[in-house]
Amino acid sequence: MLEPLQYEFFRNGLAAATMTGALCGLMGVYIVLRRMAYVGHGLSHAVFGGAAVSYVMSFNFYVGASLWGLMSAVLIQLTARRRTIGTDAAIGIITTASFALGIAIISRYRTFTRSFDAALFGSVLGVTPGDLAAISAVAAASALAVFLGYKYLLFTTFDPEVAPAYGVPAAWVDTLFSLALAATVVISMQIIGVTMLAAAIVIPPVIARQLTDSFGRMMVISTVTGAACGFAGVYISYYADISSGAAVVLLSAALFAAVMGAAAVQKRLSASSARTRVG
Amino acid sequence: MLHPSPHPRGAPPIIEVRHLTAGYGGPAAVTDISLNVYPEDFTAVLGPSGAGKTTLLRALIGGASIYSGDILYRGQPLRQARPLAGYVPQLETIDWTFPATVTEAVLMGRTRSSRLFPWFSKEDRKHAFDVMDRLGIADLANRHIRALSGGQQQRVFLARALVSNPEVLLLDEPTAGVDVKTRDDILHLLDELNHQGVAVLMTTHEINAVAAHLPWVVCVNRTLIAEGPPKQVFTTGTLLRTYGAEMPVTEYAGITMVAESPHFFGRRNDGRDVDAGHTIHGHQAGRVNEAQHGHRHSATDAPGGA
Repeated sequence: MLEPLQYEFFRNGLAAATMTGALCGLMGVYIVLRRMAYVGHGLSHAVFGGAAVSYVMSFNFYVGASLWGLMSAVLIQLTARRRTIGTDAAIGIITTASFALGIAIISRYRTFTRSFDAALFGSVLGVTPGDLAAISAVAAASALAVFLGYKYLLFTTFDPEVAPAYGVPAAWVDTLFSLALAATVVISMQIIGVTMLAAAIVIPPVIARQLTDSFGRMMVISTVTGAACGFAGVYISYYADISSGAAVVLLSAALFAAVMGAAAVQKRLSASSARTRVG
Repeated sequence: MLHPSPHPRGAPPIIEVRHLTAGYGGPAAVTDISLNVYPEDFTAVLGPSGAGKTTLLRALIGGASIYSGDILYRGQPLRQARPLAGYVPQLETIDWTFPATVTEAVLMGRTRSSRLFPWFSKEDRKHAFDVMDRLGIADLANRHIRALSGGQQQRVFLARALVSNPEVLLLDEPTAGVDVKTRDDILHLLDELNHQGVAVLMTTHEINAVAAHLPWVVCVNRTLIAEGPPKQVFTTGTLLRTYGAEMPVTEYAGITMVAESPHFFGRRNDGRDVDAGHTIHGHQAGRVNEAQHGHRHSATDAPGGA
């Protein structure tokens, strides 16, 4: 267990995975409750395009990809307003086009392919100390924003139409949330990879929802679960020699299956005990 | 009857709506509505579905686009001064699967006045508990919001509105989908709150069950049709313009009653068709409408109808 910790790349990867896992779990609560799972999925593909463009233009990767992600999120909001199109179609169009742009660029400039493998599928190898610093900073800033905006986010998630009556500036809250989401996607890309990022955002909160009816508890359970799956996923990827993104997602999915199974068993047990009590 | 006479309206209005035309980006849902809400009002906004009642209410809280006209709160335009209004939405718009306990739902009403931390202060919690106690739902504090009856659910969202100490309560169809006893309880509760100094503006489509019992009724069907005490407002002409149907009006024990659907349907026991479209005749008092003979749906109607 302690053997891989001697390698700096592993320590960095472990720290990055735990932080991004926790952040995805935190943001995921809002994503799932706002029925935005498809947005999370699409946004991660859109960001890939931004990453590719930033690389080609020698722009700072994090800044470029974040801006691109934010732009995509805003574009989705604007297009979704037209009733003839609808949100899911808008996401499908904008994000796949963006992803396609990314693929077009890397297929043209073939020398960049290896690092983009990591961007697509996640790799525990590529986390430099510089990356780690950026990930820590963004994770801390996003967590702080969610912390301070907790009540506003709660209200706009639960009852968005009534929010203005209670003094909650819904439009601002949504914009800041989109920004935090774009940032989350960008920093999580390296460990989990763009193609599977949606799972890291969706699975921990769904697990949490099975375990509690309270919003506060759901937030805590989801964050801890995300962190744990990130942590354990990196270990699994090291020992099993598989991509870290796949390891994190498979572990999360297995945990989800276990929780659902336990819930089903519990239902059977309480139903049969009720029958024996009555009968 | 809840109030035998309309309130004195000498005080300045809390909310003034002037020639409001509003919608949600598409065609206008309400056109040229003018209305005032005074401090002691207990008013029903009455109209059929699609009449724009919800839009009117939403416009008051800044939830609809104002195409033309003004909404003033104590003389100031809505942008500068949001009304201290507690908004209670229609129960069917609530997401009942959301992970919230009764306490968490009620506490959300304190969002505006509390600090930027994830937890609510002791004071917030105490105040929320007091409101819940007053509405009789304190023992449901830790229950999930879907594990409640319709009347209890209505009280939870009423508590959420009251927790912010509003001057005006705006309720969207608060008696929709509840049984008679619950409806009665809710109206009495609102009456009590009104006596304690909160103005109440509620939308409804129920004429006899709700609107007839309130001191002031505003009839709306995309625009303002009439406004005043039920005695004055419930005339066949007004109701025709509001609901698009002719309804006889009568009076019983001081309450104005409207025969909302004065038709018989089906067959009588002897196998003969009931006179379709036979309206209710012969009530004494007030504004009895001359019978209308419509809707004879069967060619084999027995003779000797109205």
